[in-house]
Amino acid sequence: MTDGLRYAYAVVRDTGAPEAALDALTALEGVTGVADESVYAVRHLGLAVLAGAVPGEDYAEGPLRERLEDMAWLEKMARAHQRVVDTAGAESCVLPVRLATVCHGDEGLRRMLATGRERFASALDRLEGRVEWGVKAYATLPAAGPPAGEPPAGAANTADAPSTADAPSTPNSPGAMSGRDYLRRRKAQRQAAERRWGDTEEGARLVHDTLCGLAEQSRLHPPQDPRLSGISDHNVLNAAYLVRREDSADFAERVGELAGRTPALRVELTGPWAPYSFTAMDETSGTEGKTEGAGADG
Amino acid sequence: MTMAPEGPLAHQQIALVDVLDRLLAGGVVITGDLTLRIADVDLVRIDLRALISSVNANVPSPWEEP
Repeated sequence: MTDGLRYAYAVVRDTGAPEAALDALTALEGVTGVADESVYAVRHLGLAVLAGAVPGEDYAEGPLRERLEDMAWLEKMARAHQRVVDTAGAESCVLPVRLATVCHGDEGLRRMLATGRERFASALDRLEGRVEWGVKAYATLPAAGPPAGEPPAGAANTADAPSTADAPSTPNSPGAMSGRDYLRRRKAQRQAAERRWGDTEEGARLVHDTLCGLAEQSRLHPPQDPRLSGISDHNVLNAAYLVRREDSADFAERVGELAGRTPALRVELTGPWAPYSFTAMDETSGTEGKTEGAGADG
Repeated sequence: MTMAPEGPLAHQQIALVDVLDRLLAGGVVITGDLTLRIADVDLVRIDLRALISSVNANVPSPWEEP
């Protein structure tokens, strides 16, 4: 059966081995795709695309448009896509395809390989032996905490008393102080927040600059919206780094060190990911990430 | 801080927003022969629209028609 819709996950190099022996495909033993379908490879021109047959009732244009409005459905698709790509790329080089790429039949997949042939081949050369690590940094202190060294007048709690429900930054009885005092306090709070923000920004820059020196390329993703991440701490760095597979342990270790050196930040490491963020040459911040392993060699 | 002992990321521990950062702003973009381009989707649901624009704020190009 070669007609029907095909969901594309990733492009890999066709090693010339019999189908069952394609590294990426072997890794996918028992892993199913977005429609619980099995994943297979369509080979063409020295490349192969990992794909699965998906039902038209979900993946034809009309239905897909509708399904994408459904957060739960989108999540299921995204996680299945990621699972296939990262499993296939665990040991070999894969070029991830953008989410929700659906072609018409195996013929459509072959046309896709033919059209993108040079782009895919050069990207696979560039990404061979590399993995992506994600590093996020959050400001550890609340954006509007109590002003340092300025205990509220007349209040029993001292500066370091663990205030429970009592939030000095939002006095619920403004009549207790004069307007001028209130404004003065707000100003002090703002200045303290700015100082903390300065530490936070400096820390984030230190983390990013240091990691750029260990990575071949880096890419800054937009900071994550707390409504989506469910993390209320302010996300000040959301970066991806392209790292040689064998340098991964060093990279992770360095992230741990940086986390210890930047008390204003909470640093999180995720990975290794397939190189999602580095599939296009021009999308990466090459100017920042070109320091070619400075300080990493030993 | 978690590092997967070997191979792919530990399943389900990964935040959806981390996955979407990569799947919506990364990955090769194919032209032609598709049923639908994700850029063509006129999202109605507000949370989803917020998500897409949040993930995508600084990288508008992949979403444009080629």
